[in-house]
Amino acid sequence: MVEFWTAYVWPVLWIIIQILMFLVPVLIGVAYLTYAERKIISAMQMRIGPNVVGWFGLLQPIADAVKLLTKETVLPTGASPVVFFLAPMVTFGLAMMAWAVIPVGDGWVISNLNVGILYLFAISSLGVYGVVMAGWASNSRYAFLGAMRSAAQMVSYEVSIGFIMISVLITAGTLNLTELVLAQSEPLFGVLPGWYFIPHFPMFIVFFISVLAETNRHPFDLPEAESELVAGFMTEYSSMSFALFFLGEYANMIMMSALITILFLGGWLAPYDVAPLNMIPGVVWFALKIAMCLFVFIWTRATFPRYRYDQLMRLGWKIFLPFSLIWLALTAGFLVYADALPG
Amino acid sequence: MEELLTEYLPILIFIGIAFGLAFAIVAASLLVAPSNPDPEKTSTYECGFEAFDDTRSKFDVRFYLVAILFIIFDLEVAFLFPWAVSLSGIGIFGFWSMMIFLGVLTIGFIYEWRKGALEWE
Repeated sequence: MVEFWTAYVWPVLWIIIQILMFLVPVLIGVAYLTYAERKIISAMQMRIGPNVVGWFGLLQPIADAVKLLTKETVLPTGASPVVFFLAPMVTFGLAMMAWAVIPVGDGWVISNLNVGILYLFAISSLGVYGVVMAGWASNSRYAFLGAMRSAAQMVSYEVSIGFIMISVLITAGTLNLTELVLAQSEPLFGVLPGWYFIPHFPMFIVFFISVLAETNRHPFDLPEAESELVAGFMTEYSSMSFALFFLGEYANMIMMSALITILFLGGWLAPYDVAPLNMIPGVVWFALKIAMCLFVFIWTRATFPRYRYDQLMRLGWKIFLPFSLIWLALTAGFLVYADALPG
Repeated sequence: MEELLTEYLPILIFIGIAFGLAFAIVAASLLVAPSNPDPEKTSTYECGFEAFDDTRSKFDVRFYLVAILFIIFDLEVAFLFPWAVSLSGIGIFGFWSMMIFLGVLTIGFIYEWRKGALEWE
């Protein structure tokens, strides 16, 4: 009995505790990201933003959650009930699942997979299913058109994201996310941080823009272009099933920021391995870098007007795809002929 | 086998918790919130008039075309993953093999570009 406890029950329990220690901060982060977005945009537009619930409106996300929880869930007559309710769960579940392999500090990871980045790539590809299921199950014109657009947009930018990931992988020589971060610890020319956004700078920019399109954020939020498609694939959703889409979208933003941080911004590493900087824990650096990425997400939203759909597809297929493919060939060629390959 | 299990077991539990949480949230709202459906409320959203016909009908073929192109390029990316990590082992021969493969795909890409498969007027 004791052996059964120490060999099976306790390890599983420990894994569950670890997972909760990941999920709870992520969910709180998601809730306060919505608050931060409203506050930052209002500041950029010379407004006050939410300021009534709690000090400086700090309890606003909780009030929103309670409000959405007590709203009626409307199931449209023409909808397919099972798929209709499954779609938001898939979106939310996938946005959470990706966190299983993300290292937030040295050794602070739930599952240190040796194919971590492949897992992340697979999970982010699956995100399309939630959207397509929602659009099809709703049986509404707006939802259907929004889902078609969203799916086409997400798969288009997925391709350039894939090529850019490969360029970084060749430089690091590993698919493991922890080793990928540690590969960036060697300073560049002895003075600059060894983070990959310096050697891969053009791809860092292209990756960031592709991530904006992949997460359906401004200026690429065409699936929910409210002036033409009401709310895109979310049109028929209400109450908590709507909230799950919303949470999923914001959790995806945070997850993609974490991916940018790991691939290009040196993960949990301090810029220089010297006294005051390396005393700050890695998790703090990681959170700071994610926060910076998220700020740029919101900044973009407050700054740029929405793209037209043909412009969006042109940018993805005719500019980003050839550009990232050429960069991949150049990176590989340079590393092979300069004999600078890792491993 | 044991090692594989310890790596993937947390992911399995994670998937369980993530989808369990999603299910619990929707179920909680169904339990807590009132539910008084009536025909007008549950009708499909349209701008003020009745929907003419079913939504699940014809749609623009270009969405389908984009999906096909995506499959080709996504498979290409899937081939590139193992190549990228083993490049130091396979050296210049491995590098040029992949470049020829990419070259063939690029010819296909140029063809579809010239055929106008990427145009959205």
